[in-house]
Amino acid sequence: MKQLVRNRSALVGLIIISLLLFFAIFANFVVPNDPYEMDIWVSYGAPEWFGEDSQYILGTDDMGRCVLSRIIMGSRISLLVGAVATGSSLIIGVFLGAIGAYVGGKTDALIMRFMDLILSIPSILLAIAIVATLGPGMVNAMIAIAIVRIPQMARVTRSMVLSIKEEDYVQAGKALGFSHGRLLFKHILMNCFAPIMVVATLGMGTAIVVEAGLSFLGLGAQPPLISWGRMLAMGREAIRSAPHMTLYPGIAIVFTVLGFNLLGDGLRDIFDPQLKQR
Amino acid sequence: MFKYIIRRLLQLIPVIIGISIVVFMIVHLAPGDPILMMLGEDATPEDYARLQRIYGFDRPVHEQYLRWAGNALQGDLGVSIRQGAPVGSLLLSRLPATIELAFISVLLAVILGVPLGVLAAIKRETPVDFFSMVVALLGVSMPGFWVALVLLTYVALNVGWIPMFGRGGSVFYGLTQLFTAFDASELWEGLRYIMLPAISIGTAMMAIITRLTRSSLLEVMGKDYIRTARAKGLGERVVVFKHGLRNALLPVVTIVGIQFGAMLGGAVITETVFAWPGAGRLIVNAIQQRDFPIVQGGVLMMALIFTMVNLLVDLSYAVLNPRIRYD
Repeated sequence: MKQLVRNRSALVGLIIISLLLFFAIFANFVVPNDPYEMDIWVSYGAPEWFGEDSQYILGTDDMGRCVLSRIIMGSRISLLVGAVATGSSLIIGVFLGAIGAYVGGKTDALIMRFMDLILSIPSILLAIAIVATLGPGMVNAMIAIAIVRIPQMARVTRSMVLSIKEEDYVQAGKALGFSHGRLLFKHILMNCFAPIMVVATLGMGTAIVVEAGLSFLGLGAQPPLISWGRMLAMGREAIRSAPHMTLYPGIAIVFTVLGFNLLGDGLRDIFDPQLKQR
Repeated sequence: MFKYIIRRLLQLIPVIIGISIVVFMIVHLAPGDPILMMLGEDATPEDYARLQRIYGFDRPVHEQYLRWAGNALQGDLGVSIRQGAPVGSLLLSRLPATIELAFISVLLAVILGVPLGVLAAIKRETPVDFFSMVVALLGVSMPGFWVALVLLTYVALNVGWIPMFGRGGSVFYGLTQLFTAFDASELWEGLRYIMLPAISIGTAMMAIITRLTRSSLLEVMGKDYIRTARAKGLGERVVVFKHGLRNALLPVVTIVGIQFGAMLGGAVITETVFAWPGAGRLIVNAIQQRDFPIVQGGVLMMALIFTMVNLLVDLSYAVLNPRIRYD
């Protein structure tokens, strides 16, 4: 924890993510306006940063809804989809990678060839194709993003397990007659924790970008759920009259992804001090 | 080397078979009836039976796959449901636009990314370094299609000669015109239109290249042979560019290959924003219209291109780094 604070990039990332989590969790209380309330009399309203009674700081959208409130509400979907997708891909990927490396032989070859296959299709394209067949929606977007993120988790875990498997303490455990399950989960996986967390943190950023892309194409969370990608799609229809509709939701995405990237980079430096010295 | 290439090509066969199975499965193992999904809710039983026959859905799955794969092998990817045209020729007609856009984007990313990375490494821990790292961090954090929207809003709308949508003509054709007929107008037409899409797609890659060039060059500059080169009294410029950069660029080549695939995928969305007449936009439109033969064929084609590019990267890596053995 001390190191986390000392590493500037990790610290900034952590602050950004904490802020986002705060806004997402307490969204109902911090939104300045009702994010669902339509008022066509004020639609496409420009941002009023320093007005006398500036009700809509970041302006309004095509239905006259408050853009800032919708961005705050939308953070829930982005973080939720990102977290669930990354979490599932983490569990499945770690499991597959660990089993492959521990068992070795044909099982390993089979798992890794399958991972290579998934990797051989551009991931956003694969995610789009999966959601397209499963049908648009938030849960299907989560499934698609999880699937395309599994191979990376599996690869990292596999390489870690392969190297740790040969360590003396694992061999000692083996000699003591520990079960395979205990060896793999307690002795080996516990020691792969750090690099896997780095990949998962960086993966959150990627997952959020993919989610935004899917919702932009109308394949992600459906209304009345608010997603940043969908806000951008709406804004695209009005780039001449209401550029704020595309600018601010996009900044929210960049800010979020930046937070996870900074934290991931920072964690990597902390866990692998050799890299930092470069 | 020749043997190595042949062997790598042979290794591609199971990969390609695997990709075709995955692409086939995407459409066929999905819940729900693909024909009903294609037809929508107001389908008549006659339509249903006809489509079932045409697509062979009344057959066992493995038979369906073999039929589809066999046809695909002969270049027949089926017929588009909405457009009635063969999927293969539809995709091929869109392919040049996509490849040109991808190529220009990579070129842009390398031209900007490598010098920025070198500059950051040479001027380590100065404002220049800090600036380039901020650029790199922001670059990887921005979704390409949002960069596209911002460029449309703040550049295309304000600069009259930059068009918002479409493609002006082939840049490659424009280049040949420039050198054969000394006529730059074709080239200019092409560049005018491709500029913003290429920047949108290339930004993330430029950021990655900048970062990697910097860290790779910093690592190389700490090596013994660099000290030797300096001790010989070589000028700093020769040391950095001839001894340092040459070795530092190896990982950059790899990342360009790996990122190329991500770019092909991301370009799908960016193409849609700019109404770029490429294969990506064709696939996205097909998805929105539930035109599954195009989706299937399109994803298959993109995956094959990606695989071939990765092979080329591996081969060029072997050429660049003679220490890699071919066996």
